[in-house]
Amino acid sequence: MKPLNNRAWFLVTPVLLLVAFSAVIPLMTVVNYSVQDSFGNNEFFWVGTEWFEEVLRSERFHKALMRNLTFSAIVLAIEIPLGIAIALCMPTRGPWVSVCLVLMAMPLLIPWNVVGTIWQIFGRVDIGLLGHTLAEFGIDYNYSQNVVDAWITVVMMDVWHWTSLVVLLCYSGLVAIPEMYYQAARIDGASRWAIFRAIQLPRMKRVLLIAVLLRFMDSFMIYTEPFVLTGGGPGNATTFLSIDLVQMAVGQFDIGPAAAMSLIYFLIILALSWVFYSVMTRDDDQGN
Amino acid sequence: MLELININKTVGGEVYAKDVNLCFKSGTLNILLGPTRSGKTSLMRLMAGLDKPDSGELRFDGNAVTGLRVQKRNVAMVYQQFINYPSLNVFDNIASPLRVAKVPRVDIDRRVKEAAALLKISPYLERHPSELSGGQQQRLALARALVKNAELVLLDEPLANLDYKLREELRDELPEYFRAQGAVLIYATTEPTEALLLGGETAVLHEGSIVQFGATGSVFRLPDNLTTARAFSDPPLNTAEVHISNGMLHHNGNNVTLDSAAAALQDGQYTIGVRPYHLRLNRNGPNDMELSGEVLVNEITGSESFIHFNISGRNWVSLIHEIKNISPRAIISCFIDPNDFYYFYPNGDIALTPQSSEQVN
Amino acid sequence: MASIIMDSVAHRYTSKGEQMQEYALKPLNLEWVDGGAYALLGPSGCGKTTLLNIISGIIIPTEGRVLFDGENITQLPPQQRNIAQVFQFPVIYDTMTVAQNLEFPLRNRKVPLQERQQRVEEILELLELTEFADQKARNLNADSKQKISLGRGLVRTDTNAVLFDEPLTVIDPALKWQLRAQLKKAHQQVGHTMIYVTHDQTEALTFADKVVVMLEGEVLQVGTPQELFDSPAHTFVGRFIGSPGMNVLPCSVQENKAEIDGQQVLLNHDYGRPKISWELGIRPENVRLVEQHSDQSALPVSIARIDDIGRQKIVHTALGNHTVHVIVKEGTRLPARPAVLFDPGHVHLYDDAVLVSPPAATGSDH
Repeated sequence: MKPLNNRAWFLVTPVLLLVAFSAVIPLMTVVNYSVQDSFGNNEFFWVGTEWFEEVLRSERFHKALMRNLTFSAIVLAIEIPLGIAIALCMPTRGPWVSVCLVLMAMPLLIPWNVVGTIWQIFGRVDIGLLGHTLAEFGIDYNYSQNVVDAWITVVMMDVWHWTSLVVLLCYSGLVAIPEMYYQAARIDGASRWAIFRAIQLPRMKRVLLIAVLLRFMDSFMIYTEPFVLTGGGPGNATTFLSIDLVQMAVGQFDIGPAAAMSLIYFLIILALSWVFYSVMTRDDDQGN
Repeated sequence: MLELININKTVGGEVYAKDVNLCFKSGTLNILLGPTRSGKTSLMRLMAGLDKPDSGELRFDGNAVTGLRVQKRNVAMVYQQFINYPSLNVFDNIASPLRVAKVPRVDIDRRVKEAAALLKISPYLERHPSELSGGQQQRLALARALVKNAELVLLDEPLANLDYKLREELRDELPEYFRAQGAVLIYATTEPTEALLLGGETAVLHEGSIVQFGATGSVFRLPDNLTTARAFSDPPLNTAEVHISNGMLHHNGNNVTLDSAAAALQDGQYTIGVRPYHLRLNRNGPNDMELSGEVLVNEITGSESFIHFNISGRNWVSLIHEIKNISPRAIISCFIDPNDFYYFYPNGDIALTPQSSEQVN
Repeated sequence: MASIIMDSVAHRYTSKGEQMQEYALKPLNLEWVDGGAYALLGPSGCGKTTLLNIISGIIIPTEGRVLFDGENITQLPPQQRNIAQVFQFPVIYDTMTVAQNLEFPLRNRKVPLQERQQRVEEILELLELTEFADQKARNLNADSKQKISLGRGLVRTDTNAVLFDEPLTVIDPALKWQLRAQLKKAHQQVGHTMIYVTHDQTEALTFADKVVVMLEGEVLQVGTPQELFDSPAHTFVGRFIGSPGMNVLPCSVQENKAEIDGQQVLLNHDYGRPKISWELGIRPENVRLVEQHSDQSALPVSIARIDDIGRQKIVHTALGNHTVHVIVKEGTRLPARPAVLFDPGHVHLYDDAVLVSPPAATGSDH
């Protein structure tokens, strides 16, 4: 459709400028770094796609990427079903609604590094409630030594922190379903499972899409929690892309490869989000 | 006076308005009649200034208002859904357009009370919309439109969500309120009977185009084409394909001698349209056409019967002014005076209207 | 299929403080015969939907018993009652095709595949949905979606009853005719007990063999369309049914004469001693508009307004301070000096809005 008039463009100009300064210009700086090398003294020279090739070939990158993908997959596989299940159990009317909502919102109010610190202490064998209790039962649990324990702790942290978000989103989808639908389904003789499959899940689809996207993007960018907990260890077991990136850029001052890596990182998130989005909305376009 | 000149509007390939030319005079009641999605609401939105036409011009009292936004124009609109401000009580709801217009406080009080009295909601001025019944909520929406003293009042199926009997009552009163103000009143409806009861002028809409515009009674009696006749018939118009040659009408082996005006029709194919109340169950005249068909369903309303039957593959309805109990699958004959036929050319244009319809009184 | 008996059923909703509100449905006894087509007719808030929801089990009544074929099912939830219900707005299962939507109630009840397919095909055909069978139900227009809802209500052959809650509200007028006829056909084919809630008298009268007219939680009259039309038991029934409704005129009655604003109407029966503040009811269909002096008993009126609805005209006449509606057929010439003539066989008298049955014949004839 042709634009009705051009006045609208004047109105969006401030936003465009803001986006330019906050996003486009920093991004272009990164692009600039990623294709140049420097030996200090602010002298740069053109290296083309060399850094990209190096990053893409490096085993360190491959491993970190695999860790990220595994982590996101586990987190989504736990948080989404769990979130739906909790949302289904929540009351839809009565005085308990607000109590449940406040309880659910609480973890979301806690900053990332605090979550990391809480669990770091919670899991310690000497003074932590969890670590100590497990030790009492004779279970050998040590997140700073054992790879599996470290992973379990990071995953549990994320689940504890973010399942609420999925719950709240699903809940908003559920309460929007008119009572009539449930009545009709009951009269049609639908089982609990059939009601879930035929009414609740399809009607939650849109909010679920948002939940999956948010949780995917967020979990893929995980940084603070493992950094606070183990600093990426034991070994490199919880060194995710973001931690790796910071080590490379700040620790080793490899600005060029770090810039190339962050661009690749950015493109992966963009591409995967797009895949999620198009898979989940594919159905909507049919026949319209 | 509101003029629409060559208005066109297409959204996403769907035609909302096509070459619409209309002229509504102040102080008149104008009806937009057509089925759902025929473009009634789109046209109203264009008239209100909520949407801009792709091409064409809107003039109010001779001044072009095409580009003027709705806020700058004195327009009132009432929708099918009851739309009121939920947090304001009835008084404040009615007063809201006056407050926006910065009317002095004393005048607001007087005008609100007048409007409330007229629409019989005076006892509820302190209540909130949620504490009113559906009928009262719609009265409130109408009162807000009334108090605005708008030059253009658009009512989009305002009674569709109300109880049947409440509808009868409000329909009687509604046009009077606005007519007294000298506004251009436009009323959209899907129901032919409602249009007839309201009177005024009717524009028949079909897929975004105005098919016919004129005094309601004459549009009903003298349709220009098959589309209008179909849209303006409840129960639906009965139709059949016939052939006329040498003053004889042929239909499925039926041969009827035509007299009077129909005899003068040129030989050829025609579509005939018959209103359901022109079908009789007994022969009235020697020239009556007899049609036999299988009864599908027989409906009784207490004083009348609607008999649905199948005539050579088409569903026909007959409205009989008495109680008839005819069981389904029975074969019945009905009789129609050929003088009651509407004849249409194959392109849908009217060829001949029944004589009975021409005496419009 | 079953006969349904409502034994002293009544319902009050509980409000916030657990306090009982006034009756939404006053105590009533009703019997629904197996295979009958019924309508519950009344204005909004009259309790008709409450009554329907009590039958379906969505609401458990606070008093009384509901019996299906003699069995007390008052406390049973909807899914155990073996009923079907169609709501005012379309309820469709978004992810399913039209055919799957129709199949859903059968699949839930583990009906064999072959029978399922056969039933679905029959319903698709009945409702003229066959061409859409494999389309996603979500992508259809509102009319077709409501057809699917209707279809799901009709698809099962073993239901005790099919309940309709104002199912044609969202349907275009032209399609209403078609759907109503299809519903009626379905009723004749399958013979379900059907109960249809509506505020639209045309829908109620055309659909039902028996109509239950309700007002303010109370049943005013149960009868065939013709009974409701010919002898309304209550002035409300008279006004509510018919378009326009019955003319109800305040009058006084003495012996076989009624007096309206000083004008006399002869009655068919002798009502004995004088009665004041009664009402006289006469349908617009039973009033004739004639020339004054053409008949001695004609009452002179003035014509206030004429509504031309095509096949007939509704003439609003003023008889003293009262309006009398008269229905005049298309093409009839209106009298120059009009008077109205009541058909004495169709005059009804009401005391406190309730029909007064005429006294046993004492020689008066008609």
